[in-house]
Amino acid sequence: MNRRRDARIGILFASPWIIGFLVFLAYPVVASFVYSFTDFSILRPPRLIGLENYSELVRDEVFYKSLVNTLVYTLGAVPLSTVVAIALALLLNTKVRGMAFYRTIFFLPSLVPMVALGTLFLWVFNGDYGILNDLLRRIHITAPNWLGDPAWAKSTLIMIAAWGCGQAMIIYLAGLQDVPIALYEAAEIDGAKTWAKTRCVTLPMISPVILFNVVMGIIGSLQVFAVPYVMFPGGAPARSTYFYTSYLFDNAILYQRMGFASAMGWVMFIITLLLTLLSLKLSERHVHYEAG
Amino acid sequence: MTSKFAVSLAVCAAVMVVAAISGELVVQRRGIPNRVTILYWEKWTGAEGEAMRAVVNNFNASQNRIFVRYLSISSVDQKTMFSTAGGDPPDVSGIWQDQVCEFADAHALTDLTEMAKASGLTRNYYIPGYWDPLFYKGKLWALPSTPASVALHVRQDLMPPDANTPETFPKTIEGLDALVDRISKKNPDGSLQLAGFLPSDPGWWNWAWGYYFGGKLVDGDRLTINSPENLRAFEWVASYGKRFGNKEVQSFQSGFGTFASPQDPFMTGKVATEPNGPWKANYIRVYRPGIKWFAVPFPHPADRPDLADRSNLSQDVLVIPRGAHHPKEAFEFIRYIQRQDVMEGLCIAHTKNSPLRKVSEHFFKVHGNPYIRLFDKLARGPGAFYPPQIGILPKIQDELNVAFESINAGEKTPKQALDDAQHRLEDQWRIYKLQVLDK
Repeated sequence: MNRRRDARIGILFASPWIIGFLVFLAYPVVASFVYSFTDFSILRPPRLIGLENYSELVRDEVFYKSLVNTLVYTLGAVPLSTVVAIALALLLNTKVRGMAFYRTIFFLPSLVPMVALGTLFLWVFNGDYGILNDLLRRIHITAPNWLGDPAWAKSTLIMIAAWGCGQAMIIYLAGLQDVPIALYEAAEIDGAKTWAKTRCVTLPMISPVILFNVVMGIIGSLQVFAVPYVMFPGGAPARSTYFYTSYLFDNAILYQRMGFASAMGWVMFIITLLLTLLSLKLSERHVHYEAG
Repeated sequence: MTSKFAVSLAVCAAVMVVAAISGELVVQRRGIPNRVTILYWEKWTGAEGEAMRAVVNNFNASQNRIFVRYLSISSVDQKTMFSTAGGDPPDVSGIWQDQVCEFADAHALTDLTEMAKASGLTRNYYIPGYWDPLFYKGKLWALPSTPASVALHVRQDLMPPDANTPETFPKTIEGLDALVDRISKKNPDGSLQLAGFLPSDPGWWNWAWGYYFGGKLVDGDRLTINSPENLRAFEWVASYGKRFGNKEVQSFQSGFGTFASPQDPFMTGKVATEPNGPWKANYIRVYRPGIKWFAVPFPHPADRPDLADRSNLSQDVLVIPRGAHHPKEAFEFIRYIQRQDVMEGLCIAHTKNSPLRKVSEHFFKVHGNPYIRLFDKLARGPGAFYPPQIGILPKIQDELNVAFESINAGEKTPKQALDDAQHRLEDQWRIYKLQVLDK
């Protein structure tokens, strides 16, 4: 009797989350799947059109353009963010006075809201009077037009992605602090220097953490939206920064093509799922679990 | 449960309740008792928003039956569409003329035809170029709030003596090109210092370039994006990339501030001429008072004198979304704005020309733009044009922006860019007809 009562109370306490999950997540997910087979312009009832939205996607060159842009961004942003986050975590794991201060300073940028971040970097990367190009000119490097040149615009966003690696950095730091000292001592006895210890002890020991952050990074990068939306309206220049979610947003909100946007959402879900499974598969040989 | 925890919980709950009530108070239809409250969403903020607020206040004071609640909101078009779908739209919404057909096709608007006729608002009351685009599929869907026509603004102090007056400024595109070659300047490192003209500044009307060369975008049911006239227009656009260098233009442009700032390229003297609407005078007065400028009709191709005095017309419009709670009262408010004295007051405050056929001498006398007669004349003239009445107009504009950027960056030839746009838009138009127009 008591267990039943406890269960009821437990469900009652969890009910805000359960209701939120059902109303704001489960229902939209199921609804979007149904809508993906309809022509739904918000103001008229959805009309079943079978696989038409999906076949239109196959023919749509902007769909491919936005998908390629997103994959290129992911390919650039995830490795760069990973390397920067691990490097910072390694630095912040050393025994230096005032480390709490440094950890706070390096984590702070990841708290900057995306819109503010986009606006800030519009100034930093401005081709004419941006601070970055000013520095480059001072050292006689030909400064590119980061924001206006289609060849550079995506690279600019990839670099900006590294700015928000504070969350990953903290997780790496926690992982680093879990590496047993005994392993380093054993490595030192075997004559390992700093790089060898990092390569043969640290990285293998935090490999599960790397895998977690990489998978989360891939999922996040595939959904990149706010910063490009602020910095490059309409995917300018010439759709070179037009990402998948921007195209999805435009179809849903600007053109009221909810059915088509839902189909895009499901295609992205499948792509995300495949890339995640691929990451997990590829990681089997490289990720070391202490228990394994 | 400790008492501390209970108090914290109560405080949290109280904060949430207060936040919910405050949020509801901001958007609810509260007004004055015994009056019908109508909700009016408008895009404007700042001085333009205040000017409209003054009109609303005057309307509210002018009678005791209707109270208009004015709410300045961002993305007013999207929010109007979604609130209409949700069954609780505002009574009046201030959107853009370019969206009227799309909204009408989506069944998002109330037909104003009969109400307008009953209150004496007919085509004769307006300049045709402002009335006609609001009349779609035999019905009237919107009425103007403030309109504009476009003319070429010229920095007088940057012109050579033989082109520094409206009378002596080149009348043809070829004359403009020759002038640009004379006055443009480069720095020793090859970067641009002054551009006599740049098609990308301000870059708001890329859909319109073809019209200045005799082209159009839609012919009946057919899209004509890559017509010879449009191609000629975009080849002219591309000539500026070749003239200054695509990379140099991109780099130069990246140093431009927004139009509502002292860093606007026309105001800083980086660009000597710029097509723009009559509101430009207002921004010049605010951000760079004292600079010498004048406005002239945009030049025409030398072999097409019939295209003299071309000007693209645009306007902010007022609509009553479908399902509005008080459409009659909403129309009464819109009708009030159409009164000549009210409309002129609003257009003076916005530094725009009037959409009405009849304009008082007082309007021209007190108007903040010294060239307002030119803008008025262009709007009434045979060279005035407006965007095609087609539901996929926003997509056409998007595609032409992409085509423009590709050409401006030197990534595509004008032919490639327009062919691509034509191809993509034909597909979009086919789907739109099938899914929205049920054809």
